[in-house]
Amino acid sequence: MIGYIRKDGRKGIRNIITVVYLVECAHHVSRKIVDLARDEAVHLIGFPGCFPNDYALKMMKQLTTHPNVGGVLLVSLGCESFNREELKAYIEASGRPVDTLVIQECGGTRSTIEAGVKSITGLKNIADKTERVAMTTADLVVGTICGGSDGTSGISANPAVGRSFDMLIDRDATCIFEETGELIGCEHIMQERAATPELGAEIKACVTKAADYYATLGYGSYAPGNAEGGLTTQEEKSLGAYSKSGQSKISGLIKPGDIPASKGLYLMDVVPDGEVRFGFPNISDNAEIVELIASGCHLVLFTTGRGSVVGSAISPVIKICANPETYQRLSDDMDINAGRIVEGTATIEDVGQEIYDRVHSVAQGDKSLSEEMGHQEFILTYKSFEPIGPACMPAGHHK
Amino acid sequence: MTSNAQAKTRDKAREKSRFIVLHENDNILVCCATASQGQSIEIEGEQVTLSKTINIGHKIARRNIAIGEKIIKYGAPIGSALQTIEIGAHVHMHNIKSDYIASHTRAASTGSEEHKG
Repeated sequence: MIGYIRKDGRKGIRNIITVVYLVECAHHVSRKIVDLARDEAVHLIGFPGCFPNDYALKMMKQLTTHPNVGGVLLVSLGCESFNREELKAYIEASGRPVDTLVIQECGGTRSTIEAGVKSITGLKNIADKTERVAMTTADLVVGTICGGSDGTSGISANPAVGRSFDMLIDRDATCIFEETGELIGCEHIMQERAATPELGAEIKACVTKAADYYATLGYGSYAPGNAEGGLTTQEEKSLGAYSKSGQSKISGLIKPGDIPASKGLYLMDVVPDGEVRFGFPNISDNAEIVELIASGCHLVLFTTGRGSVVGSAISPVIKICANPETYQRLSDDMDINAGRIVEGTATIEDVGQEIYDRVHSVAQGDKSLSEEMGHQEFILTYKSFEPIGPACMPAGHHK
Repeated sequence: MTSNAQAKTRDKAREKSRFIVLHENDNILVCCATASQGQSIEIEGEQVTLSKTINIGHKIARRNIAIGEKIIKYGAPIGSALQTIEIGAHVHMHNIKSDYIASHTRAASTGSEEHKG
């Protein structure tokens, strides 16, 4: 594999220019700039809120300096709270080209769009000169998420992803699984897999936090389609989701935007700390995908039983379909047919190997199906987190 | 799916068990290919007639389950029985509940006849 080397030593599998709206008021102008750039490597991301939020700032810092990103255009209305100066300084320090356009200073919609299109050309010229270097499996950070789960997810696609995680971790990659609210019921099993007893206690505590948080909201991480697909309870969904993590030791517990300190398997705690303030932890699957990417994921393995079609800005999404009936209906959207395990025509090992191979081909530049079709979903909402404790990333406990 | 492909899928499904045991301690079986109402299946050596169509991904009881008994899948508890469940019966939201947090659904979307409407 060949990657784009960044100043911090990380290597990217793509060289994306991100156009970032810093408040909803700058969204339309930013989208027009992306549309007029007519370049599939120019992606739109943004934060809609006008009120300041430390989490959103941290997420934006990590997303705009993600190894897959080669340059950034910030689009501000001008009066919103988002700290555009701090974000710009952070991007500059990462060695990437960055421009800021303030709509109120640029003369409005038309002139900002015009300036934005010019800026993209300049940013691309610089980003195109990024040095390319050899990359191995050990350089990869791979995340996983499930969406539209059903009763087949936990017996086919999820354990197959778990198998691919074990193979990736054997070759020194970093893997991240997440959504502690979808691990309710698995806390005791998970605790035993932690690298240290202290980390185990932190993992158990973060699942308890998730259970309390969802109980306050009145809904678990459970959608009507889960019921239709045969999943009856939160803990049943959790046990199926949990199998995405494979068999490796859990090396650490991170929060969105934290970069894993070492190789191995990490759990991401996506449920906010403190009292319930801003609503549901993740309002839809893409909110989780964005958090995985903010923690450095080069690509994301998305398992689905009912059938999801989403992709993402910045990092490719590989879709693994658990249900053979769904695969027949939505095969154009599904990179991998894990439904063969349900039909009895393939083993978890076979599909795990197929996922592992697909991770490498997409990392080498092949487009995933969602990427090919232009899926670049992105969503970022308000949240608040405390920093992780010292027990969450025990030193020297990788693999 | 073409009718030919559907027929093929059906044929393939007939060749093997439609219901699988995920863990030896489980008291439920998982459906791997849609099975029709009235169909006779064998569970642990006992012949059972399905009282309704069971869709892929859904669960049926592997043995008789008492009220309040834990439902075991993957060898781990996934909830408790709200009523007596007979061997071969559909195990879903109408007869079990979460031990953590209530599940919710849209009307007519549980994939089970008695829940529609």
